[in-house]
Amino acid sequence: MDVISGLSSGFAVALLPLNLFLVLVGCFAGTLIGSLPGIGPINGVAILLPIAYGLGLPPESALILLAGIYYGAEYGGRISSILLNVPGDAGAVMTTLDGNPLARKGEAGRALSLSAVASFCGGTIAVILMSLFGPLLASFAVTFSPADYVALMVFAFASLASLVGKNPIKTLLGALMGLMLATIGIDANTGVARYTFGIPDILAGIDFLIVVIGLFGMAELIHMVEVQVSGKLKLLPIGKSFVSWRDIMTVKWTILRSSLIGFFIGVLPGTGASVASAVTYGTEKRLDPDGGRTFGQGNIRGLAAPEAGNNGAAGGAMVPMLTLGIPGSGTTAILLGALLLFNVQPGPLMFEMRPEIAWGLIASMYIGNVALLVINLPMAGLFARMLTIPQKYLTPLIAVLAFIGVYSVVGNPFDLYMIIALGLFGWVLRKLDFALAPVILGFVLGGLFEDNLRRALSISGGDWSILVSSGNSIVLYGLAVLIVAVPVWLARRQRSRVATDG
Amino acid sequence: MKSPLKVAAIALAATLMSGPALAQIEKPECVAPAKPGGGFDLTCRIAQQGLAPQLDDPMQVTFMPGGIGAVAINLFATTRTDDPNAIVAFSSGSLLNIATGKFGKWTEDDVRFVGTAGADFGAVVVREDSPYQTLDDLMDAFKEDVKGVVVGAGGSVGSQDWMKAALLLKSIGEEPRAMRYVAFDGGGDAIAGLLGGSIQAYMGDVGEMVPHLGAGQMRILALMSPERLPEPFAEYPTAIELGYDAEWTILRGFYMGKDVSDEAYNAWADAFKAAYETEAFAQIQKEKGLMPLNMAGDELDASVKKRIANLRDVAREAGLIE
Repeated sequence: MDVISGLSSGFAVALLPLNLFLVLVGCFAGTLIGSLPGIGPINGVAILLPIAYGLGLPPESALILLAGIYYGAEYGGRISSILLNVPGDAGAVMTTLDGNPLARKGEAGRALSLSAVASFCGGTIAVILMSLFGPLLASFAVTFSPADYVALMVFAFASLASLVGKNPIKTLLGALMGLMLATIGIDANTGVARYTFGIPDILAGIDFLIVVIGLFGMAELIHMVEVQVSGKLKLLPIGKSFVSWRDIMTVKWTILRSSLIGFFIGVLPGTGASVASAVTYGTEKRLDPDGGRTFGQGNIRGLAAPEAGNNGAAGGAMVPMLTLGIPGSGTTAILLGALLLFNVQPGPLMFEMRPEIAWGLIASMYIGNVALLVINLPMAGLFARMLTIPQKYLTPLIAVLAFIGVYSVVGNPFDLYMIIALGLFGWVLRKLDFALAPVILGFVLGGLFEDNLRRALSISGGDWSILVSSGNSIVLYGLAVLIVAVPVWLARRQRSRVATDG
Repeated sequence: MKSPLKVAAIALAATLMSGPALAQIEKPECVAPAKPGGGFDLTCRIAQQGLAPQLDDPMQVTFMPGGIGAVAINLFATTRTDDPNAIVAFSSGSLLNIATGKFGKWTEDDVRFVGTAGADFGAVVVREDSPYQTLDDLMDAFKEDVKGVVVGAGGSVGSQDWMKAALLLKSIGEEPRAMRYVAFDGGGDAIAGLLGGSIQAYMGDVGEMVPHLGAGQMRILALMSPERLPEPFAEYPTAIELGYDAEWTILRGFYMGKDVSDEAYNAWADAFKAAYETEAFAQIQKEKGLMPLNMAGDELDASVKKRIANLRDVAREAGLIE
């Protein structure tokens, strides 16, 4: 079936009143779920899967509902990042960097609406690329070997070199701490338990969510309490700001670049929204004409990039799941499980055997993205008013939500102690003037880097030359060099031009 | 001519036979010791749907990830040891973890195995265009140079995925530790690695191959089941019949705490036994990609404990434990 007829039959399924209703419900519920700190797409889908199954819906309808929740939550994740500086999940960490400063300046409405537009573009570009080139991309994605992932991680680290701000030593130390956290748990290549100290709860390592909620969320809450107790609390100004056409024009190339990068990173099995948002943020900061000086202080490019990137990745992750039956992320793994629950075998044959599900789902993603934009733009003002809740109520409320969020997925009280301990650790780091983003990125990227490096070396039997033996990896190393060198070169040229002019 | 005794006996028999009257099990719960969406989730779904006619209340599935199942066994060996209403999903992987001491001090004697959901089996898979057309081709390549073939799977060294490869190598007298084994993060990534050419042989499961049958991308060289399986797998030989003494059965089932009353334990075991008799249960097993391996109660408990003892021997020979 070619794309046009496939899509039109898909829209015929997705536009049935029941399915249309479900996609709207899913998107709305997803946005709310995603906006809660601690509950992101992965737990949103996981928690609602049994409900969707229990409703006795036909498989395509249930899947449309779950997928609506999935990208709805990806949209919603930015809300608590921007307003509260508490990311809902690992993919929303980078959104805090410029989103929260904007909210502090009284431009919460602008930040929320701009990021909704960026999310919409990321999601829509992803689903367009998916319908046009899905199978082709998936067959490219599987050729990505562990050695190529190593190169991709080197590229990611290179693009993040821009995060090395005022204090390179502390940034590197932070990344190193993240890397150390990532080594906890059973080592896949030897089966040896590392740094678990006989505690069974961390045998499988520490979950991303725990690190994100602990280091960011809890640390932020402790900081809020401290500010309140010491009487330094300032009321945040709430302007009735909204995204302007000029804003969108300013970030249009940022959004396009970030959507594309995010989508491709999402297509690769093994990397998802968190890597995508980190790479897009880093890339935009490197490419910034002002040398990235205003990034981290409420730059709208720094806000648009990770949001377009993580929503692009959310769409991209669906590609290997639908075309190959290989999940590209934790959430798509759950969607895959959902398909199996409904006795639909995902994989190469699904487009032929169950086209109503495959194309219906894709069509519902077009509708879902539009629905999310329509839902999210008017709600931006409403959500922004959340900041008018007095701090003494807001802080405990967020704390309770974060605890419920963590407990609801993992159901292990040990993790609640973990987030408290990590929160204290994060607060101390903040007191010592460490940035927390490098810690998280060290954790996410470092874990992937180590796993893939060791996979590559097991494949080659310990021969390091495997790392530079494929076209993919050489291109990525080349890009890594470029992204470090070009801004330096540009800056130097600008300086010499200023010198000749003057 | 009905004597009161006979009536009572019939009534009693009727109560015993009709599962729904199992009054002890209230608000039944199946604990999947992992995140949703994986094999343990599937195991619990089988209990949830398969036992529904036998239970009064609908069964709830809860998730308790952490430490590859260690968190769940820890809880059921310390605080919920006598919970009459909850069963916890296990697989051969959990049994291997018990055998190799990954669950710390908890052993098979700290729980009671109560019923099975079904079984899956190991499968040796290569890419369709692989030079290894048969299992013999692959094993000959191993004999020539044990490091000549890159093997991969979704589990770490010492996991059951690794054990499949280790058993194959052991069957031709090669040292498992010498193998070039690539540990991926789950079966999906490993299949991607196989299709992309990073690894040459994939140690998978029969059940996960169903969606890929007939897609023309992968070739199943052999199954690691004790004997041939029914359709759609009837055409594939077992490793044993090809002359390699390597069998890997992935048993999926449920355990309870060790202090559960015999009454509650038997109520669950009877519910499983009653379900095994039904066509619906067989249908659910099939839909979830499992083969029947129906066993419940003390028979299962004894069988699993024997299985763990065997695993301990295998693990010792493979150098996983001292």
